[in-house]
Amino acid sequence: MESTIIIEKSVIIIAVFALTMLMAMYSTLAERKIAAWLQDRVGPNRAGKGGILQPLADGLKLFSKEEFLPNTPNKFLFVIGPAISMSMALITSAVIPWGDKLHLFGRDIILQATDIDVAMLFIFGVLSVSVYGIMIGGWASNNKFSLMSAMRAGSQMISYEVAMGLAIIALVMMSGTLSLREIAAQQSGMNWNIFYQPLGFLIFLVCSFAETNRTPFDLAECEAELIGGYHTEYSSMKMGFYLFAEYASMFISSTIIAVLYFGAYNYPGMDWAVENWGVNIANVIGMVVLFAKICFFIFFYMWIRWTIPRFRYDQLMNLGWKMLIPLAIVNIVITGAVILLFQ
Amino acid sequence: MTFWESLYLVAIAKGLVITIRHLFKRKVTIKYPEQKREFSPVYRGQHMLMRDDEGRERCTACGLCALSCPAEAITMKAEERKPEEKHLYREEKYASIYEINMLRCIFCGLCEEACPKQAIYLTKSKVIVKSNSNREDFIYGKDKLVMPLEMAIQNTNQNKAS
Repeated sequence: MESTIIIEKSVIIIAVFALTMLMAMYSTLAERKIAAWLQDRVGPNRAGKGGILQPLADGLKLFSKEEFLPNTPNKFLFVIGPAISMSMALITSAVIPWGDKLHLFGRDIILQATDIDVAMLFIFGVLSVSVYGIMIGGWASNNKFSLMSAMRAGSQMISYEVAMGLAIIALVMMSGTLSLREIAAQQSGMNWNIFYQPLGFLIFLVCSFAETNRTPFDLAECEAELIGGYHTEYSSMKMGFYLFAEYASMFISSTIIAVLYFGAYNYPGMDWAVENWGVNIANVIGMVVLFAKICFFIFFYMWIRWTIPRFRYDQLMNLGWKMLIPLAIVNIVITGAVILLFQ
Repeated sequence: MTFWESLYLVAIAKGLVITIRHLFKRKVTIKYPEQKREFSPVYRGQHMLMRDDEGRERCTACGLCALSCPAEAITMKAEERKPEEKHLYREEKYASIYEINMLRCIFCGLCEEACPKQAIYLTKSKVIVKSNSNREDFIYGKDKLVMPLEMAIQNTNQNKAS
């Protein structure tokens, strides 16, 4: 392998990793601030100017707590649960197209850590494995409440994965490829997929709320009902990993929604920008546009959290199996019929 | 409930509009300590041992405040006034040591009602007792409780002017 390729990929990988961590860290601050503003109060504003250093203070607090292992026979599983959650949340950021390409040092650098042909399948596979993080954490805690919450979370996540997959099938039928890079490239200009798949977008959005265990689907960790849920017995950095993994997966879900339905790095006028201002500047603007979309979706996640009350467990299962899956199937049928008509 | 209603989409959208309106309203938080909230005229804060028009301490260490305190927070030691201290104290008996244990005090104001000399007031200082990490630091002596001399002179000048 050429050393230039190694250097290039290493730089991209490190940049993507650092970016994910940074965004997840500041999502914790954004969550508290937005929650406060939506409730007519001011969030944390003492650490640093306007509360900017608050995530560092939180991290420091979590580091300085006592590392605690409960009296469980599964010590290895107890330690590995948060590790699985965290790594699955971070792995998906490898296949996301952050921009088209940059033309530096005489070469075209593709702004994606890996460009695999089955990127969508990869993401779904990783999402399915991330259920393990919660289930293992709940089981290894040796605690009835943690187990119950882990069971509920596990069943919720697998039910909504089905509807998510079905919603994506319609999209894949339309674009003809599973590669995220191709899907992003097909949405150039204003040709975003949301205009062609509004129902699919809605289903995907609801399912991604359920996948990240985010209100209104957050029975797994609702403080009022199950004390801490699956992370009751965790303290210090393991707890930090679970909480951080939730924010990282929220960031990744927002990114995937933006890439699949909202045209990733495309903005109206990108072709004009490529011709007049050069590839580099057009793609930097594309990256900024992608971030704006991601930030909007993260804000949307938080906005919904503080608006809607929590689902009851049977209502949640009802919604997943009896309403979303038929709707997703209807979506596929309609998409298929339209594609056939326009062929 | 119709099928479309049971999708809850319209209801969710209405809820989102309500929430987003709150994002743009004025926040009700008071940012302490840069902003302080206003106290009513009868707010009971830290005690203040008053002085009279001529700057002499009013308290005569009679002990009625200590007797009436339901939390037994006040202790004092009386002494006789020396001839050279006539400008400091009103009557021949005064309190040389006067201590209130702020951790025991419940700020009820019964000492204020019981005092025959109108020497102790809770409603004048409008100061909240500050937090601390030592138990001993909460026993306030005369240095913290007596009205500052400048304030008494200010009051006297105001009274003379009006």
